[in-house]
Amino acid sequence: MNGAHDLGGMMGFGPIAAAPSEPVFHEKWEGRMAALVMTVPGDWSIDEDRQACESMHPAKYLKTSYYEHWLHGLETLLKKYTPDSSGRMRPEDIWPALTAYRSYARDVPNPAAFAMGQKVRVKIMNPMTHTRSPRYVRGHVGEVVKIHGAHVFPDSNALCRGENPQWLYTVCFTAKELWNRATDDTVMLDLWEPYLEPV
Amino acid sequence: MPHDAHDHDGHSELSPIALRVKALESLLVEKGYVDPAALDVLIDTYETKIGPRNGAKVVAKAWTDPAYAKWLKEDATQAIESLGFTGRQGEHMVALFNTPEIHNMVVCTLCSCYPWPVLGLPPVWYKSPPYRSRAVIDPRGVLAEFGVTLPEKTKVSVWDSTAEVRYLVIPMRPANTENLSEEELAGLVNRDSMIGTRLAGRVA
Repeated sequence: MNGAHDLGGMMGFGPIAAAPSEPVFHEKWEGRMAALVMTVPGDWSIDEDRQACESMHPAKYLKTSYYEHWLHGLETLLKKYTPDSSGRMRPEDIWPALTAYRSYARDVPNPAAFAMGQKVRVKIMNPMTHTRSPRYVRGHVGEVVKIHGAHVFPDSNALCRGENPQWLYTVCFTAKELWNRATDDTVMLDLWEPYLEPV
Repeated sequence: MPHDAHDHDGHSELSPIALRVKALESLLVEKGYVDPAALDVLIDTYETKIGPRNGAKVVAKAWTDPAYAKWLKEDATQAIESLGFTGRQGEHMVALFNTPEIHNMVVCTLCSCYPWPVLGLPPVWYKSPPYRSRAVIDPRGVLAEFGVTLPEKTKVSVWDSTAEVRYLVIPMRPANTENLSEEELAGLVNRDSMIGTRLAGRVA
């Protein structure tokens, strides 16, 4: 979805105003919100959660903070799902849950369509639903610099259409290609095979 | 009310958003879905146990142990896990080594993906539109705001975290630190240097 969350290359938001250090949670409610999102025993995926956060109205998304996006996401998911109280986390469950290793890599029977060093173009696509192909790279040509194996495909998983694993590549774009800037600087993105086409 | 310092006498001093989160928590507790004590533990974990000191240990070890640095380049997930840092939002790690030739900087333009096991939860600026919008189109302008001016010959490479791969920048080791211990070196690794928006060294 071409939403307000897809911020790469936009202008006019003002200075970054970074503090060298800051509290993890600026207000108590932020910590409670983060903890709720990470503990409610709901049967949804990270992709569905991201999609729920992105479903906020664009004007509201840009005016609200990260944990307000999380609140919107959780409220949206709770309208669709009933959590499972048998999965309620106890205090002693938290550390194991946060440090458990999961993998998004999956085995697939088909070989990778693109090879290291190959030039690829990002397809011009405008799905109404969740995607991880940002607008600023669509239509542009880059080079495959790493093949990560096949990973869970967010565009399917967010719609509850299964993990549908697809080959994942790191693609290198020059600043010249993306922004017509005369520098050697580059931008790297991790892009799934269905986002790409051969040049 | 144990969970909000502003809530001295009823709800009157809570902001609308704080009230809304509090109402949601109350409902979820009442339904038996969450245990408030578990929420307390989670908050404490990210406030005191999982944060940028973890990443600083990885960097200091990479600076002092060439075999470890090599491992980190080849398989960052395993090399980082060997120090005890693994889990949520660190499932597929890649370490990016800054050199005089190339300076790496990390962003997530689409949400705010960040390597939690080594850096903790992200700071506000990392999650906010000014950084997410500009990092990919004007990285040198962004670096200037952090007080970093790189030589023209140093190439800037920006990594947009669009998948479940998470990036940890290994900043260059500051000069004249040959005599420092690994622990002392870790003290020079500030959080932003591991995102790539500052250089290693003490931040005033």
